[in-house]
Amino acid sequence: MSSDLAWIDAAITAARPQAVGALLRYFRDLDTAEEAFQEACLRALRNWPEKGPPRDAASWLIMVGRNSALDGKRKTSRLTELPSEEAITDLEDVETPMAERLDGAHYRDDILRLMFICCHPELPATQQIALALRIVSGLTVKQIARVFLVSEAAMEQRITRAKGRIAKAEVPFEAPGAIERSERLAAVMYMVYLVFTEGYTAGFETAQARAPLCDEATRLARLLLRLFPTEPEVMGLLALVLLQHARTKARFDADGNAVLLEDQDRTLWDGQAIGEGLALIDKAMRHRKPGPYQVQAAIAALHARAETPDETDWPQIEALYGALEAMTPSPVITLNRAVATSKVKGPGEALALIEPLGPALDGYFYWHGARGAFLLQLGRNAEAREAFDRAIALANTAAEAAHIRSQIDRLAAEAKAG
Amino acid sequence: MLYAVLCYNSEDTVFSWSAEQDAKVMADLAKVQERWLAAGKVGPTARLMPTSAATTLRKGDPPMVIDGPFAETKEQLLGFYLVNCDDLEEVLTFCKELGAVNPGGAYEVRPLHFFNNGALPADAVAAPQRESAPA
Repeated sequence: MSSDLAWIDAAITAARPQAVGALLRYFRDLDTAEEAFQEACLRALRNWPEKGPPRDAASWLIMVGRNSALDGKRKTSRLTELPSEEAITDLEDVETPMAERLDGAHYRDDILRLMFICCHPELPATQQIALALRIVSGLTVKQIARVFLVSEAAMEQRITRAKGRIAKAEVPFEAPGAIERSERLAAVMYMVYLVFTEGYTAGFETAQARAPLCDEATRLARLLLRLFPTEPEVMGLLALVLLQHARTKARFDADGNAVLLEDQDRTLWDGQAIGEGLALIDKAMRHRKPGPYQVQAAIAALHARAETPDETDWPQIEALYGALEAMTPSPVITLNRAVATSKVKGPGEALALIEPLGPALDGYFYWHGARGAFLLQLGRNAEAREAFDRAIALANTAAEAAHIRSQIDRLAAEAKAG
Repeated sequence: MLYAVLCYNSEDTVFSWSAEQDAKVMADLAKVQERWLAAGKVGPTARLMPTSAATTLRKGDPPMVIDGPFAETKEQLLGFYLVNCDDLEEVLTFCKELGAVNPGGAYEVRPLHFFNNGALPADAVAAPQRESAPA
């Protein structure tokens, strides 16, 4: 791709959520909005290399898309003759200010609505993610299929089905009230985080294919913060994805084995992303309106600030997990707190904390893994071995299994030596 | 004469660049700067974090702290150079060379009244992410 085309591509990608969001409000139909946008993009590819990108790419695409869709309707109803291509592409200078007047006030709600329709509660998480990537981010079906390691035809079918479902759900097109807006925002934030974790929790084999999910989630979180610049939880969400994503390069070794946080080469962490994440969480915390994303980001920030594992502020991390537990109680969060507890108060207290979670987490890889590690530290090797065996049976990825295997090997070596 | 060259561009677009695109633009810009650096014409250079990381203090009694940049504009201030050039013509040549490898947006050239090189320790400049840690 020449640098010219790459530039246009970036401008179109950036303008997409606003443009499709506005077209959706005009036409109240997702397919029509997407077609209109596609048509506008084709015209942009013809028009922009010659005249240079317009100052306001989104408004240009909205106006041209809207006109071309209306022309299409006129054409099919044979009411009026189509204006020539040149007449449409020349409209920009006259119509840009009008597009601004039309859309300035709706900008935020248009994008929020577009993201919100992907969060339909009946859709399973992977379909919400696929829809968001298709509709909001504008990834091709082929690109999305590659991310989920399925065939293009299968993904096409999934997206069509998901679209059918949201078409039946009635999303109001009036500007939402304050409460409704904040409910939409919460659903959309959760969806953005889902996009991120779907990319981030992938094992080594799939990490390469899923990396675009982390980038896309970062972009969407950034977009949300532009729309809601004073919401500390949105600052927390962007900080969280930046701080976690910053560790990507250090998470697997050359053989594809997962590297534990404390064993990671911290010089591989992305200093720029960490800097931005720290700035954002600093800014968010000044609001004194804590929430789960801020607390998780604060935990990630404490890890990011430690130049060596020994410098990690475990007491503070334990306290933050305690706060998170109070906000959103869940056995998985208790399990995470226990890991911090083991560093602060020792494996005995940590083990006592997670033993009651057995019924809830018996099918959970990490519970058995952590339990094995605490038992091992306490010198209860036979029980540790049992816990590790259970963990290996539940491992989701080869990397997880390999990590447990290395601990079992250590046990075996100790047994031999002893 | 000292000039500040303020770099404006659409943040949405710049932050939609892929990592490769971003790296290429930065490498191309570095290539342009090389000759100007060698000639001793370029001083401090900064790339700013996105405006979502910005905070504005509106002076007053009491002063007001506002999330976000001072001005909401179509293009945002994304970075700046400090240059020491013979005249405006030379600064504009510098800007044209930069613009050739980094399309879109604008450079605003502002002659300086006063400049103090300050006293930032070298490590603050080398590893800003460790220094700007939250409380």
